[in-house]
Amino acid sequence: MALYAQPPTSYSDPTTAPIEHRFNPYSDNGGSILAIAGKDFSVIAGDTRQSEGYNIQTRYARKVWQLTDKVVLATNGFSADGNNFVKRVKQRLEWYEHAHHKPMGLKSIARMIQTLLYGKRFFPYYVYNILGGIEEDGSGAVYSFDPVGSYEREACRAAGAAQSLIQPFLDNQVYFKNQQPEPGAAPFVAGNLPLSTILSLVVDSFTSATERHIEVGDGMEIYVVMNKGRTTDDLIGPGILSEGMHVEELGALGEGGGERTFLVTSPLKRD
Amino acid sequence: MSHHPAMWKQPSAHSSFNDYATFPLAQTQRHSAISHGATQHTQQPLVTGTSVLGIKFDKGVMIAADNLASYGSLARFRDIQRLHPLGKHTLLGVAGDMSDYQWLKKELDALLRQEEALSLTDSHPSLSPSNIYDLLANLFYGRRSKMNPVWNAVLVGGWDKNKKESFLAFIDLLGTTYTAPTLATGFGAHLAQPLLREAFEAKAGVDGKGPLLTQEEGEKLIDDCMKVLFYRDARSINKYQVAIITEEGITISDSKSAPTEWSFAEGLRGYGAQTQ
Amino acid sequence: MFRNSYDSDNTTFSPQGKLFQVEYALEAVKQGSAAIGLRSATHAVLLTLKRSTGELATYQKKLIRIDDHVGVAIAGLTSDARVLSNFMQQQAMRSRMTYGRPIPVARIVQSIADRAQTNTQEYGRRPYGVGFLVIGQDETGPHLFEFSPAGTGFEYYAHSIGARSQSAKTYLEKNFDSFENATLPELINHGLSALHDTLQQDKHLSIANTSIAIIGPSDSAIEDLAISSAAKRGNFRVWENEGVDGLLRAWRRSRGEPEDGPAEETAAAPADADADAAAAPSAEEGQTAQGSEQAPAGAPAGGEDVNMEEQ
Repeated sequence: MALYAQPPTSYSDPTTAPIEHRFNPYSDNGGSILAIAGKDFSVIAGDTRQSEGYNIQTRYARKVWQLTDKVVLATNGFSADGNNFVKRVKQRLEWYEHAHHKPMGLKSIARMIQTLLYGKRFFPYYVYNILGGIEEDGSGAVYSFDPVGSYEREACRAAGAAQSLIQPFLDNQVYFKNQQPEPGAAPFVAGNLPLSTILSLVVDSFTSATERHIEVGDGMEIYVVMNKGRTTDDLIGPGILSEGMHVEELGALGEGGGERTFLVTSPLKRD
Repeated sequence: MSHHPAMWKQPSAHSSFNDYATFPLAQTQRHSAISHGATQHTQQPLVTGTSVLGIKFDKGVMIAADNLASYGSLARFRDIQRLHPLGKHTLLGVAGDMSDYQWLKKELDALLRQEEALSLTDSHPSLSPSNIYDLLANLFYGRRSKMNPVWNAVLVGGWDKNKKESFLAFIDLLGTTYTAPTLATGFGAHLAQPLLREAFEAKAGVDGKGPLLTQEEGEKLIDDCMKVLFYRDARSINKYQVAIITEEGITISDSKSAPTEWSFAEGLRGYGAQTQ
Repeated sequence: MFRNSYDSDNTTFSPQGKLFQVEYALEAVKQGSAAIGLRSATHAVLLTLKRSTGELATYQKKLIRIDDHVGVAIAGLTSDARVLSNFMQQQAMRSRMTYGRPIPVARIVQSIADRAQTNTQEYGRRPYGVGFLVIGQDETGPHLFEFSPAGTGFEYYAHSIGARSQSAKTYLEKNFDSFENATLPELINHGLSALHDTLQQDKHLSIANTSIAIIGPSDSAIEDLAISSAAKRGNFRVWENEGVDGLLRAWRRSRGEPEDGPAEETAAAPADADADAAAAPSAEEGQTAQGSEQAPAGAPAGGEDVNMEEQ
């Protein structure tokens, strides 16, 4: 009659009590993002695979978002949190425009993102954010965040599933870690690489991560934000992007202050 | 914790009864500490539906689900419909907890009636498939954020009248959303999705820009996948319906069965009682 | 003090079936400067006459963006308009957040009309002292609505509210047959003509006092697409100050007037301030009831003894 046996009303020995089966509100949807700042431009990129465990949920899910004419945000982690976080950021930007009749600046958006993230300190957004764009002084900038709002401005940052694969590579190539200048040569300065170099670093980062990490692949979206007046010759034109890559200019979102945003897309391996 | 159907309804190792897992254990109820006073949320699904499949074809989208609602391993309700139309051009296919599904139907039907009434006054068209999908995504994410999930995985299929294109997307109890030309929930994500993708890409190419499957090809593909699922998913039944959503509207087929082949079982040795 | 015994309380009808507080609120709208709205099969436009509170003040904005696809022109109490337009912005945002859908125009107008109606029925409240012309576009095309403090939201082909708006209405009624198939420049010209009719004899439309809002596909003949993404996308956009110069010139040309406008118009420009310093304030006063968007503090609240200039 095991079927009708009553369970004990209390458990004196907690180790024999049923393990509580609590709902876990989080998941990890894989993928990777990165951003690198140049002198007068910024590059923000992510792959497009969304996965859960060994399942590829979709080969195209957006992780990089154009917020204003000079700011782009990349999110990584739990995609539902990421999408809803971006939605809240965009909502706040809209209210800012209603109130001030101008778009919010990069460093203000960075501070606002900290506030929004920390506001959920005790039920965090499981999202790693990287913000890139053009600062008020016209310089390219990258801000990186942890899920509860710690943030700093950097020359480059990788996050997500393949962070541990990509960040050391960027440390070496962008911050010149473990490199020695030639005797008598000028010391290295981070954050001054030309666009063509940075694009190569981004592409190599993602193709390598695709090879070595199962959660990275399918496609790549690279946003390039350029300060006003800057030449586009090093992005648009024959022979600059490699085979299979495609570039388009995203029109101004606002009243167009002269900054320009380009989207470079490229397929990645799908296996 | 995994939300995968394989994890549903598995009795705890410490259970003192129901050793054969004939019905799901309501485990939290036996927690004297939290069963007192505190609001009880759905901590696990009880009566459940298994996989839902969806695929885009050249004139729209089709969604399939079988007619079974299980109570643990018991095939409890064998004639329930898990495809639910919302208006003229949107349809849900629902897996997971069937009482949450019925609640969802009630809420969405009420919302659509209200929209219908409003459109009588301003002639504005009702919610599009993507509008309904966005609402569902908010609902599911909102409930998960209150630690009170709607325990379902849902495929939304539809036809967007303005964009003149089909719509197919997924939502689950975490509020996770995504869209793809072929989709499957639960076991279907393991067993059917590879078949769906293979057939889709064979015609449309990996970029999806080639010709899509025809309705006939799509239905054949769905039939094959439902058969595979019936063979290998113990919580499935060989009785299912396929919904077709096109510009003209929605049609939901009568229940049908896939022809199956079991004669190979005669030759199997090594399982159960055998004389030789 | 009271002009009649039924106007101290907005919830009590007079024996003639009037709610006097609502009537007075409508008077507040009439004291605001004029706003014109008209639409074609493809576009909806708003044209407003801005006022400044004096020589040292800027002109009050009368056009408010609610969302990409909705905007309003106000006439009446600016502060009430701020509250209501903020509510509309919330409604528009809510629709976008929950359904990912731009709110249908009729529905957002209905939402403020319902709000205004409760103010006419609940004790201890006052009606809003502002009227709106709302333009927008949704899946059913471009729209023009009037919102009034009485709690109504009617749709129009063309409409005008505010001071001396009857003159504009006369123009619109005479010409509205041609609006349906009008091009954007034609529609704007009609709007400017109607707006011009609300001016007093010695006043003219200028870049300082005219502002125009458009919804609908951009027209490269009159709009510089490089400047505004709103224009490129057909969203709500406002043209004012230097932005309306080209539109005003085109309009004057269409009427066979000198393109630069009457010489007196330049009075607004600081360089010529001396020349017309004496004339400007008095003209302003006559037209604008002390130049404020709202009724002057000392002025009567309304009723028979306020002799509005329109009939």
